[in-house]
Amino acid sequence: MSGAEYLLFILMLSIFLGFELINKVPATLHTPLMSGANAVSGITVVGAVALAGTGSETMSMWLGMGAVTLASINVVGGYMVTDRMLSFFKKKED
Amino acid sequence: MAIELITQLGYVVASGLFIFGLKMLGSPATARRGNMVSAVGMLVAVISALLDQGIVDFTYIAAGMVVGGAIGAIAARSVAMTSMPEMVALFNGLGGAASLLVGWAALSPDSGAFTLVTIVLSILIGGVTLTGSLVAYGKLSETIGSGAVTFSGQQVVNSLVVLGIVGGAIMFCANPTDLSWLYVVIGLALLFGIMAVIPIGGADMPVVISLLNSYSGLAACAAGFAINNNVLIVAGSLVGASGIILTQIMCKAMNRSLSNVLFSGFASVSTEEAVVEGEIKPISVEDAYYVLEAATNVAVIPGYGMAVAQAQHVVKELTELLENNGCEVNFGIHPVAGRMPGHMNVLLAEADVPYDQLLEMDEINPRMETVDVAIVIGANDVVNPAAREVESSPIYGMPVINVADARTVFVLKRSMASGFAGIENPLFYKENTRMLFGDAKESIGGLVREFS
Repeated sequence: MSGAEYLLFILMLSIFLGFELINKVPATLHTPLMSGANAVSGITVVGAVALAGTGSETMSMWLGMGAVTLASINVVGGYMVTDRMLSFFKKKED
Repeated sequence: MAIELITQLGYVVASGLFIFGLKMLGSPATARRGNMVSAVGMLVAVISALLDQGIVDFTYIAAGMVVGGAIGAIAARSVAMTSMPEMVALFNGLGGAASLLVGWAALSPDSGAFTLVTIVLSILIGGVTLTGSLVAYGKLSETIGSGAVTFSGQQVVNSLVVLGIVGGAIMFCANPTDLSWLYVVIGLALLFGIMAVIPIGGADMPVVISLLNSYSGLAACAAGFAINNNVLIVAGSLVGASGIILTQIMCKAMNRSLSNVLFSGFASVSTEEAVVEGEIKPISVEDAYYVLEAATNVAVIPGYGMAVAQAQHVVKELTELLENNGCEVNFGIHPVAGRMPGHMNVLLAEADVPYDQLLEMDEINPRMETVDVAIVIGANDVVNPAAREVESSPIYGMPVINVADARTVFVLKRSMASGFAGIENPLFYKENTRMLFGDAKESIGGLVREFS
């Protein structure tokens, strides 16, 4: 397998996996789930670094740097705010 | 070659950590560690990406990361929990924008047809996510009106925009060297994001945020195809699936289809008024105190009004006083209470309410008959019995919390204005309902003073 078919194969498996995993998240955690998922969607930074690091001052490099910046806000902000929220969730101590 | 292999293995490890982190988010006891695991996965992915041999200059990467990271950290520390919905909306938008830029930057003269299509998709989904989220942010933070914006010919305009996007995309894929078609697609995608969200009213925001959350993942996924990177596809589709599931849950909780939420809104509420029997019976704080003092089982039903009044901390105080008085207190939380999924749970958790006291609608409803007092704080549509009783009501069929089954119902409300959906609420006229008018925070504060 190579190229597009391989990527589509990965896509299908991860969508099924995502449905299975997230169906089990209780309603009380839906906000942290959403902001945590948001941080994960900052994964675009991985693609952006290769574009921003070419060293050539081309359009593509500037676009890549913009993407690195935006995705970093997403990653750092997303994980930190999720952690902050989850730190509030406590069980009743008797 | 060896470094390339390390990078790919790093991506495999990162994907595993994302999956494991999400699994741990399934229980409040492990959720915080799960988030950490996911963050470590992200770190592994970024380090692996930085090993790329094509990177010759780290200056711009470092600059982007430092600036972005600092902005993210400051925002995450300073945001108030009541503002979480707009914060998440904004972050969704940034994720979409990043994917748009990556798709755009990935364009090269020798891109094949498949790559061109995926570039267009990442630009399209990313662009819609960006402007749609910005509009959602504006509505949630009330910087623009939160109501539905509709005008005649809206459907026609939207159809033209969609046709324009399809046409522009086809022209671009046919002549990838002519960038003007690319700009047409970008511009129309941004416009479409705005057009798609303006007709949706504030009360439907939980659906919109969930959907945009899903789009931000799908945009990352499309960008992954554009640059041939599998970790983007795995992570993006996990987020996409998460958003879609939340969207479904929200729609189900409102008994509406997704297309009904997206295309109709509550704009066409029928003016024919269901005749409501009975009269409004107000109650004073003092009398409410006497009823609560004698109660042994109390249920609190919070809604968006509790967030607006910032009443969650004083509610927690009241809960403690009631418990010291030998009373059992639970919270009944409707899936669409608030402006995003789980909004109420986060507010109450911040106010130190233990999560095992927060019950879902299906858990609290069977217990309602044993409840002495149900206290409704700033919720309206989610406790409206018209959803069960009045067939002509626009919310007929929506599952609601059956507070009227409790012995007594206290409704804390600012005035008699109807809820977001503009629907008359027969609950207020029920025999066992007492209205406690005024600001929720002050009313509860009054009760707390009576107790102590």
